[in-house]
Amino acid sequence: MNNYSNEILLEVKNLKKYFPIKRGIIFSKHVGDVKAVDDISFNIRKGETVGLVGESGCGKSTVARVIIRLLEPTDGSIIFEGRDITKISQEELRKLRRDMQIIFQDPYSALNPRMTVSEIIGEPLEVHHIVNNSKEKEKRVQELLELVGLASYHANRYPHEFSGGQRQRIGIARALALNPKFIVADEPTSALDVSVRAQIINLMQDLQKEFGLTYLFISHDLSVIRHICDRILVMYLGKLVEIANNEEIYNSPLHPYTQALLSAVPIPDPEVAQKRKKVILTGDVPSPVNPPSGCRFHPRCSYAMDICSKVEPKLKEVHKGHFTACHLY
Amino acid sequence: MVSNGALLNVQNLTTYFFTDEGVVKAVDDVSFSLSKGEALGILGESGCGKSVTALSIMRLIQPPGKIIKGKVFFNGDDLISKSEEEMRNIRGNKISMIFQDPMTSLNPVFTIGDQIIEAITLHQGLDKKDARKKAIEMLELVRIPEADKRINDYPHQFSGGMRQRVMIAMALSCNPSILIADEPTTALDVTIQAQILELIKQLRKELQMSLILITHDMGIVAESCENVLVMYAGKVVEYSDIMTIFKHPAHPYTIGLLESVPRLDVRRERLNAIEGQPPDLVALPNYCYYFDRCPYKTKECSEQIPELIEIENGHLVRCIHAKKIRR
Repeated sequence: MNNYSNEILLEVKNLKKYFPIKRGIIFSKHVGDVKAVDDISFNIRKGETVGLVGESGCGKSTVARVIIRLLEPTDGSIIFEGRDITKISQEELRKLRRDMQIIFQDPYSALNPRMTVSEIIGEPLEVHHIVNNSKEKEKRVQELLELVGLASYHANRYPHEFSGGQRQRIGIARALALNPKFIVADEPTSALDVSVRAQIINLMQDLQKEFGLTYLFISHDLSVIRHICDRILVMYLGKLVEIANNEEIYNSPLHPYTQALLSAVPIPDPEVAQKRKKVILTGDVPSPVNPPSGCRFHPRCSYAMDICSKVEPKLKEVHKGHFTACHLY
Repeated sequence: MVSNGALLNVQNLTTYFFTDEGVVKAVDDVSFSLSKGEALGILGESGCGKSVTALSIMRLIQPPGKIIKGKVFFNGDDLISKSEEEMRNIRGNKISMIFQDPMTSLNPVFTIGDQIIEAITLHQGLDKKDARKKAIEMLELVRIPEADKRINDYPHQFSGGMRQRVMIAMALSCNPSILIADEPTTALDVTIQAQILELIKQLRKELQMSLILITHDMGIVAESCENVLVMYAGKVVEYSDIMTIFKHPAHPYTIGLLESVPRLDVRRERLNAIEGQPPDLVALPNYCYYFDRCPYKTKECSEQIPELIEIENGHLVRCIHAKKIRR
């Protein structure tokens, strides 16, 4: 771990993604927005694994899709290797896809059931003219299958013939096919069983070492994030509430939401479990259509003060490299 | 494990599914007992038979599934030999169950009030007015704010966590002696999961109820249960109290699970993953089911299916090397 350089690979500045809410069929009227991602900024260094953690509906998957431009941002810029990729043409975007890839959560729906494994992994190779003939393609597919721990005889099978873990390996092989620099992994282990989850996590770590990959690892599972990431971003209702390196987040979380999130994770050790003091949040995550005023966390926060419902806290650096958006600091 | 004073005593429960691909031995010779007020965790991965065990106890197995043999003694009566009529009187009344997905367990076209009231009038013979009062009480018990108003709402007007609270209210409305919770928090976010687990814990104390908690999450077992049953490929592979299981696991699978989960409190350089996959339940080998994945295997392991043996007081393990590899 900590094999990353200081060179910044990806910089996200004031990124916003709003989904319009429309009423009416013929004269449809814009009546509001779901502010899925609302003004977030962060950067990722080369070779680093950055974790993005938050509960369902906080906008973390939207961030993933906007960064690799599967969704168009509403506002803000995404600078990849010094170039703002929100403003590039379709043709340039297609070339860019060689460098950034995504691994999806659900290995059951991410693979086309009518294509063989060889076709699934080989398609990006053909689209980008990496291979000239089918023989070259076969060879590269074999290499990739081996790399992710599958056998060459798997190439002619269909996705339904594989288990969840194996399917996720196919998804990873497809993402690696073009030798990308940057991979966004959107909950890659959430749909997997415990014993298989560890295999996939180890595989992703091995591949990172071998190819010097940079990861944005998105998950709701803090234990997995804790294990794999160098730096962690905590997201709540479309906003980043805390950014710090791994040890800092776990040892001295600043934001009350981060503290509650950490204390909610059950620990597989009855001795530790009995001693721990739990912070149990009341209520649910509010709707991103009509987020609470001021700090979006204030209705659930046990430290809430008068100012919290009025003024939105800005992300500020409390210690070196440790940012939080909270009026307590 | 088999004690006479037990509230629930499951003996040699065996449930198979007769599919086109072959016979799926979903639950194979499972025995355990549950005493009054006890919280038992059933731990295992998908397909290990933990849910089918619960459904078999409730007699909710549908064709092509069938309970092949075994006995389930509840207060001394065998549930397996009961008629469907008698079972209906026990289900939801004496033994209640809540499921993983609270959305599919509630009927979307009736208000939650209608659904809770139905259970109460059916089992307790109260008239509608009293049943409604009782339903509001139950919603208050599971900490739903403004219960007297929310009782008229439909399931879609509730969030996931709130729906699970409604399910718990419904399950507990007839004061059951046993609550079976099948992955009750898997579909929920961590902060909501913490709320629901805390609620179950408090209600268990208040109502002196026994709990069977089915989960794949070892953290949940460690925090909410007293004893654990670890299942693998339809069989019980280890049973003990939680301190023993987590501190001195003796089955290679349990040890593997504990070493392969990333933990919040300890950061490891690399996870010790269990290689391979669980066996196909249609084509189980005639030797130890964990053989192919086991790092401790020897030649003897490939010659027999190991018995569940008691290696120390109350600690049962299905492994011939259990004493040697116990942590």
